[in-house]
Amino acid sequence: MSLRKAIESKKFIVTTEAGPPKGIDASKMLEEARPLAGRVDAVNVTDLQSAVMKLGSLVSCHLLKEIGIDPVFQITCRDRNRLALQSDILSAAALGIENILVLTGDHPLSGDHPQAKAVFDLDSVQLLEAVSGLKKGKDMTGNKLEGSPKLCVGAVVNPLADPLEPELIKMEKKVAAGAEFFQTQAVYDVRGFEEFMKKAKRFRVPIIAGIILLKSARMATYMNENIAGIHVPDELIKKIDHCDDKPKKSIEIAAGLIDKLKGPSDGVHIMPIGWERYLPQVLDAAGL
Amino acid sequence: MIISKQKGLKEILGFLKGAKKIFLVGCAQCATVCKTGGEDEVNQMEKALKKEGKVITGKAILDPPCHTVKAKQFYQKNKDALSESDGILAMVCGDGAQSIMEGTRGKKVYPALDALFLGMVQRGGHFIQKCVLCGECVIDATAGICPLTVCSKGLLNGPCGGSKNEKCEVDRERDCGWIMIYKRLKELGELDKMKIIRGAKDNSKALHPQKIEG
Ligand code: SF4
Ligand code: SF4
Repeated sequence: MSLRKAIESKKFIVTTEAGPPKGIDASKMLEEARPLAGRVDAVNVTDLQSAVMKLGSLVSCHLLKEIGIDPVFQITCRDRNRLALQSDILSAAALGIENILVLTGDHPLSGDHPQAKAVFDLDSVQLLEAVSGLKKGKDMTGNKLEGSPKLCVGAVVNPLADPLEPELIKMEKKVAAGAEFFQTQAVYDVRGFEEFMKKAKRFRVPIIAGIILLKSARMATYMNENIAGIHVPDELIKKIDHCDDKPKKSIEIAAGLIDKLKGPSDGVHIMPIGWERYLPQVLDAAGL
Repeated sequence: MIISKQKGLKEILGFLKGAKKIFLVGCAQCATVCKTGGEDEVNQMEKALKKEGKVITGKAILDPPCHTVKAKQFYQKNKDALSESDGILAMVCGDGAQSIMEGTRGKKVYPALDALFLGMVQRGGHFIQKCVLCGECVIDATAGICPLTVCSKGLLNGPCGGSKNEKCEVDRERDCGWIMIYKRLKELGELDKMKIIRGAKDNSKALHPQKIEG
């Protein structure tokens, strides 16, 4: 099912993520994505994630589409000004890509080209507004388009941001600017997520909870110390630390979280962070 | 105020290689406060350059060097010393250095400072950037705090979601600018201002070179 249809049908939405290679050999990304065709509603393609230079999201989306996957073109405000952003969105639509996810983007300082100029000509809310304009057949300065894109437009939210209020204010602006669905930062604290959902329900847009495959105790500690809104509880850290078969345990933990999220969330977005090969097993274990 | 720092002596000697007779110029305003081009620093530079075999043909502290009239007066007063100098070492910001160059009819000017930012003086030696001169001030809506400056990404519509413990994602030592704005707006009872979508900035307002006439 395509993402748009999945959203319309109000089913439990399942999306995952593919990371383009550093280089032009996309065969590994495609091989790992192939078994997902027909099993997930869409696969996001990251846009130079963590500001690391890689094969582009747009081209990778096109390659995924060719093997029968509905891709979500992630587009950040970090590297392109409004001319390039709008143009790439038109390009994506011209290639038949149907979904985009608008993000602010990590600062170049956190990536592998820290000397790069950070663009941020638009922020995520302004980019969402620009996309809404393009969908209505107008560019940002009101010029008419020959053929306008029909896109399913998403945005991101951090459900466990602290403080939460400014995050909710921004979320509301994103909805007003045209966001039709949200994917979230990784959730390990389901109760916290439920609290967030109570507050975010009023926006009446599907919210798809993020799941990051927990690979090791070290990764958990790193995320707890460095990544906003992520808190892996000690109990999960112990579980992944005291086991012989880490992938197996990781799959089990993810399936457990997905199971608990089936109630409060409108779906899950599984981010494998290098463990793409285990995605089919995660889906099996979670009964998806 | 223009905040500056002094270049290392090695770099300065590098571009002064072909110049033996040097006239030193400092600034009575910003560079004095920054202790990068005031009287003391000019005297220290004199000593350091003499040690390296340079001849100092004269010293002057302009008040301020970034005023073309002052730069021209400086030229008239020091014509002779300047004409026998190979160049001027400008211990002033880049703006002042170019004003001196123009005021002295194209004398060779070498920069001794790196101009860093427009900044606020907190106390001796402590400066902080509060405005990036965007050409279209928005701080009416952000509780008097500039989002373009305090937010590492210069966002206009709220936090990027990356702050942890209220610190910025880009620098965990620094407070997240948007959390600061949020808190201050809340204190002022003006949180509604944060809910208004701010349109994209008109970057044509900050094109350079800029000019105001009359
Ligand atoms: S918005 Fe910020 S950068 Fe622009 S003029 Fe105001 S204080 Fe300066
Ligand atoms: S963490 Fe805060 S200050 Fe830093 S880039 Fe994000 S919003 Fe801006």
